[in-house]
Amino acid sequence: MLILGIDTATAQVSCAVGGHEGVLASTHSIRARQHAETLAPSIAFTCQQARIELAEVSVVAVDLGPGLFTGLRVGVASAKAMAHALRVPMIGVTSLDLLAFAVRFTPRLIGAVVDARRGEVFHAFYRQVPGGIQRVSGPAVGPPDDVASEVLAGGEDCLLVGDGALRHREVFDGLHQVEIADAELAYPSASSLVMLAHARALREQWVKPWEIEPLYLRKPDAEIGWTTREQP
Amino acid sequence: MRILGIETSCDETAAAVVADAHEVLSSVVSSQVDLHARYGGVVPEVASRAHVELLTPVVAQALVEAGLDDGHVDAVGATVGPGLIGALLVGVSAAKALALVWDVPFVAVNHLEAHLYAAFLEEPELDLPVVVLLVSGGHTMLVLMEGHGRYRMLGSTLDDAAGEAFDKVARYLGLGYPGGPAIDAEAMGGDPTAIAFPRAMMAEGYDFSFSGLKTSVVNHVRRNPQVSTADVSASFQQAVVDVLVTKARRAAAEHGAKGLVLAGGVAANSQLRESVLDACMADGLHPMLPSRSMCTDNAAMVAAAAWWRLKQDGPSPLDTGANASLRLPVM
Repeated sequence: MLILGIDTATAQVSCAVGGHEGVLASTHSIRARQHAETLAPSIAFTCQQARIELAEVSVVAVDLGPGLFTGLRVGVASAKAMAHALRVPMIGVTSLDLLAFAVRFTPRLIGAVVDARRGEVFHAFYRQVPGGIQRVSGPAVGPPDDVASEVLAGGEDCLLVGDGALRHREVFDGLHQVEIADAELAYPSASSLVMLAHARALREQWVKPWEIEPLYLRKPDAEIGWTTREQP
Repeated sequence: MRILGIETSCDETAAAVVADAHEVLSSVVSSQVDLHARYGGVVPEVASRAHVELLTPVVAQALVEAGLDDGHVDAVGATVGPGLIGALLVGVSAAKALALVWDVPFVAVNHLEAHLYAAFLEEPELDLPVVVLLVSGGHTMLVLMEGHGRYRMLGSTLDDAAGEAFDKVARYLGLGYPGGPAIDAEAMGGDPTAIAFPRAMMAEGYDFSFSGLKTSVVNHVRRNPQVSTADVSASFQQAVVDVLVTKARRAAAEHGAKGLVLAGGVAANSQLRESVLDACMADGLHPMLPSRSMCTDNAAMVAAAAWWRLKQDGPSPLDTGANASLRLPVM
């Protein structure tokens, strides 16, 4: 069973191909910025390096976000179209799950923190369990202070991972029980996505392409304005 | 050659299969008008989210209706601009992904060029040169089409697009959104000569200006609160149509055009269609008025334009992106 993983939820564009042998090939670029330009050639290149044809892919996995809306949709729209054309099912995983999965070998509480711009972050907390991670709170969006409060309230050692933690480093600097993971782990990776999706695919936990929906965690600005206006 | 066209530049999610640029095998349009109506205009983030949700089923339906549910098309074309960047990216990304899986060419399509090709869908042997009056919510331009892919820009709007003026006036009159059909309907019961709204720049050049007209409508209604909305709608619509048709006729005469082609969403306006028909009859021009469904945003016109572009330029590279302010490639 071959899985194609696509991730464009953050500043990074990443794709990977793999299965029971692990990840066969992957590419990632954080200098891309223009996700739509980068993704399709990356997929073609990754498949070529993995020496597989796209037609051999049996599941398309995608990072559902939360993240930067416009970039996120490039990956989700591409993944849905590919799964539709290949007639294969899809597996969606959140960006926060992917960040936490990459640091699953720590016994500490794991806080995944994705930059949401406008001084806010998307966040969720996880704990190591045999074979992976388990979410204990979130996902949610709010100021980085929310994350700091949650760490303080828990009173245990915590590893924060994600570009949101790095960007708002000063908020966590004073907390002695907190460590922030390196920049190389700051973006969700398509390799983690393929690994996680493979485990789910073995249990046939997949959906149809039209059932995949991005996880925005924030309403469009206009809609927020409208709801405020409706409440006198 | 069967081409799948994809259109997501604004608030319509559309997919179509067209054979050889003129035989429409399927054309599916899912309009988001209801989603945007309460905001009185298209909200980019709302539109982009809807495209992600709707595009897969719309493409699936277009393939099934074309009898191609095994996905055997020969190329995939998508609108890459101009339009809302977030909305465009959904269609471009999906189109490139489909082309990659099916191992067929991807063709980047200019939305404005696609509107011109709507005419060829219904009349493949259209005699050139023609003057195209392209009027929509985002554009108002007069284009001289001398050959396939050979355009000369004669004039365009200096401020509001004609469709935008319809939307703004309709909103002011409380007629709802979208403004074009609302004013069209309201104007049916009104007198187009009741109020003499200004016809801006009627005698000079081929450029348009509609913002003064909009202001003049607002001022008139403010000063005459009891005025009939039907009369205001009919008189406003007549002013817009007069300017559009006068300039299009002059352009056709000056450039020896054989026909006059209407394109864009405002081309669905009944007063405009009637006036263009009358003008063509009087001037001995061939009138080409695509059906209403081909005037408004659709993917059949995208597939038709993609066929010509593929023939002329070959496939577009897979690192093609979207360009919100793409212009018509003029000579």
